[in-house]
Amino acid sequence: MDGPSAAARLLRRFWSASLAAEMEYGMNAAIELLSVLGNLAGSLFVLSLFFRDGRNLGGWSWDQALVVLGIYTLLDGLTSTLLQPNLGALVTHVQKGTLDFVLLKPVDSQFWLSLRIFSPWGLPGVAVGGVLMIAGVVRAGTTPTPLGLAIGGLVLLAASLLLYSLWFVLAATSIWFVKVWNATEVLRATLVAGRYPISAYPAGLRVLFTFVLPVAFLTTVPAEALLGKAAAPVVLAGLLVAGLALGASRLFWIFALRFYTSASS
Amino acid sequence: MAMIHARGLGKTFRVADKQPGLAGTLRHFLQRRHRDVSAVRDVSFLVEPGEVVGFLGPNGAGKTTTLKMLTGLIHPSSGSVEVAGFRPQRRQADFLRRITLVMGNKQQLIWDLPPLDSLRVNAAVYGIDDAEAQRRIRELSEMLEMGEELTRPVRKLSLGQRMKAELLAALLHRPDVLFLDEPTLGLDVNAQARVRSFLAQYNRRYGATLLLTSHYMADITALCPRVLLIHEGSLMHDGSLAELTTRLAPCREVRLELREPLPAAAFAAYGTVEDLQGRAVRLLVRRERLTASVARLLAELPVVDLEVREPPIEELIGQLFRREPAP
Repeated sequence: MDGPSAAARLLRRFWSASLAAEMEYGMNAAIELLSVLGNLAGSLFVLSLFFRDGRNLGGWSWDQALVVLGIYTLLDGLTSTLLQPNLGALVTHVQKGTLDFVLLKPVDSQFWLSLRIFSPWGLPGVAVGGVLMIAGVVRAGTTPTPLGLAIGGLVLLAASLLLYSLWFVLAATSIWFVKVWNATEVLRATLVAGRYPISAYPAGLRVLFTFVLPVAFLTTVPAEALLGKAAAPVVLAGLLVAGLALGASRLFWIFALRFYTSASS
Repeated sequence: MAMIHARGLGKTFRVADKQPGLAGTLRHFLQRRHRDVSAVRDVSFLVEPGEVVGFLGPNGAGKTTTLKMLTGLIHPSSGSVEVAGFRPQRRQADFLRRITLVMGNKQQLIWDLPPLDSLRVNAAVYGIDDAEAQRRIRELSEMLEMGEELTRPVRKLSLGQRMKAELLAALLHRPDVLFLDEPTLGLDVNAQARVRSFLAQYNRRYGATLLLTSHYMADITALCPRVLLIHEGSLMHDGSLAELTTRLAPCREVRLELREPLPAAAFAAYGTVEDLQGRAVRLLVRRERLTASVARLLAELPVVDLEVREPPIEELIGQLFRREPAP
């Protein structure tokens, strides 16, 4: 690829082809919207149980907790839009041997494998999550400064990249294990923990969700940043973790490819 | 400068050595054993620009492994290879723009969409602008005799139509080195013939270099003045198909129909009796003695009809593989 404009043109072609292919299955939109709304209703109900007697949840008010739930819903929508279809396709490419076609294109293979497919059915989740997130911020009575919003946006972007890196590394292991699809499902199920603020969990789980599976950095830290209650070191740690994860996903892919190109037949 | 230059190319794979059955599975689980399998051994050859070379060999001979080394998809364990002046395994963009790989058993087209959508993606991948892409699509689809198939979803195309669309997608960037792995696999006779004539035309029009593997001898005889024969990872022949036939079959078959039956001993002076049934005789005669033997047969025996046959190349290669076990 020659520069960002060529990459943008390619991405437009990728996504318009994906949209055209997805439109062959029009009923999916309605089903996906129903599924997002159903999930959200369930989460809101569970969340409301915690706040029944005016209690708070690990130091978070109802409105603040809505921001966390909104970010989770948004990231889950993003997962359905980009991560799951693309990284699912990576596993299929390895199984069917069509990864060869991708590797023979003069395009960065990680770019191709991460962004080739765009499934619009995750967009209702992104939209509903976005609305919930903004509603939570407004209702919580926070008036974010431009700087606060910029930091919030940056941390949210970092959270998305972190989530992407986790998915990509897991999908890339299919080069060795071939059948890793179940593992990515387990990852998605674990990330459900990010629906609620991390401080709501017992200490042991908090450690797990911060240092082992970085669930905290996916939803709680961006929510704190948007609500202006994040400490600077935590925000920095969030950015650093995302940067490291992204770098690690790149290195891991280069390593996996070296293995693929010396082992496949 | 040669377009493809392989020097002492070799590839060894580590494969798990597992006995069958539950006991074998348990043993394998507890103590994995591996052994090295040599898929390609010390293969060297040169291909000049514009040449069409056939790559022959039975399943598992190492043809696909070699093709994958030439395209840079797998790294050689030994030796080296250069294609269009590049080292394939580095997979530089400039190298990838000059080659293509067509695999008869795998497809790159988007299943749910018409081929045109995949072609638009490929145009963007190779940085071909829309007008130029249109022009090339028109030109190639005329050569391939394609029409409305380009706007029909791939899943609704016949195997032959799909293969033509795959070829179009693989050649849109006008590569000058084509690696074709069984491009006519599963196609009916007519579709095979169309693919063959298209490849010959592409080679003539653009001066492209072609290296193709095929199980269909007709592909090789129609397209490849030169063949590389690979067996159990080693190169056994590099030359014309005629030379290969001479090498594999030093004899021709002479079929005779006689006016009256004769004993086998009557033919000893002309060749080896392969079959003798009443008045019908099949003799094997060495090529260098063929003309003289036929003339003598006609002059000396009561011949009603005579036919000289070349054994089919498939049969000869089959015999070769059965005759010569791996060294």
